Amino acid sequence: MSHVRYIDRTREYYRSEGYATPYRWAHFTDVPFARLTRPLAECRAGLVTTSEMVIRGRESELEHVENDPTRPGYSLPMATPTAELYSRKASYDKHATTLDDVDAYLPLTHLRRLVEEERIAGLAARFQVVHSQYSQRRTLTVDAPRILAELHEDRVDVAILTAV
Amino acid sequence: MSLVARYLEEHGIPTVVFGCARDIVEHCGVPRFVFTDFPLGNPTGRPFDPASQRHILSLGLELLERAPGPRTTVQSPYEWSADATWKARVLTREQPFLDGTDKEKWLERKAAYKELKTMGSA
Repeated sequence: MSHVRYIDRTREYYRSEGYATPYRWAHFTDVPFARLTRPLAECRAGLVTTSEMVIRGRESELEHVENDPTRPGYSLPMATPTAELYSRKASYDKHATTLDDVDAYLPLTHLRRLVEEERIAGLAARFQVVHSQYSQRRTLTVDAPRILAELHEDRVDVAILTAV
Repeated sequence: MSLVARYLEEHGIPTVVFGCARDIVEHCGVPRFVFTDFPLGNPTGRPFDPASQRHILSLGLELLERAPGPRTTVQSPYEWSADATWKARVLTREQPFLDGTDKEKWLERKAAYKELKTMGSA
């Protein structure tokens, strides 16, 4: 069976829920492309995710994010032990799978190993969480510039993005 | 997430997106995409299967090195299960992604956001 057509499914689902105007998914004809300027083994990698990670026992530090309807993004230290992290993402296929294994959507363990093996030079000091927004404008004018600024501060050469 | 990838790339940072919703990512258009045909939630491998996770991540690193141009998609070789009924059930009324308190929370946030937007502060 071929892959799931989420755009069609979403449209049908929300129509059945009584929403008259279908969500318009972002669409562009032109796609930007930046080439690596040095070997990957000399690159520091950043990591950006929609997985809404939190550090166990420190949930209160992100209360402002939970309570803000604009769903601001945030960053967490990349060195956080994987065992201390979990996802609060509610919108995923919970009927078919689980978010109990962080490395299945935020591959920190494997990235750390790849640094040890010198496949990549290092990792950024933090990783960024961005919410799957209903406002594409906010993603582009608020979230993306903040992420870019942090990646620059952390001297990142390449970015790995996980859409959960 | 695709919008963020595009923005970073426009500003000179090469990116690779890992995802399970092929149509959404390709409809938007991103530079490099590793697609895994798993349920939404596990874009970098099967839970508790480090070998698949490492392999999928390595496909992304290879894309960073070798993608010839934008809109390069690589599909990882993994199949979620021989039985594809999970695909038929995605986003049906019987199996919505958000239900109960999650759905209420989503609706509350949506309404609050709409109000902020009306006031011009979102």
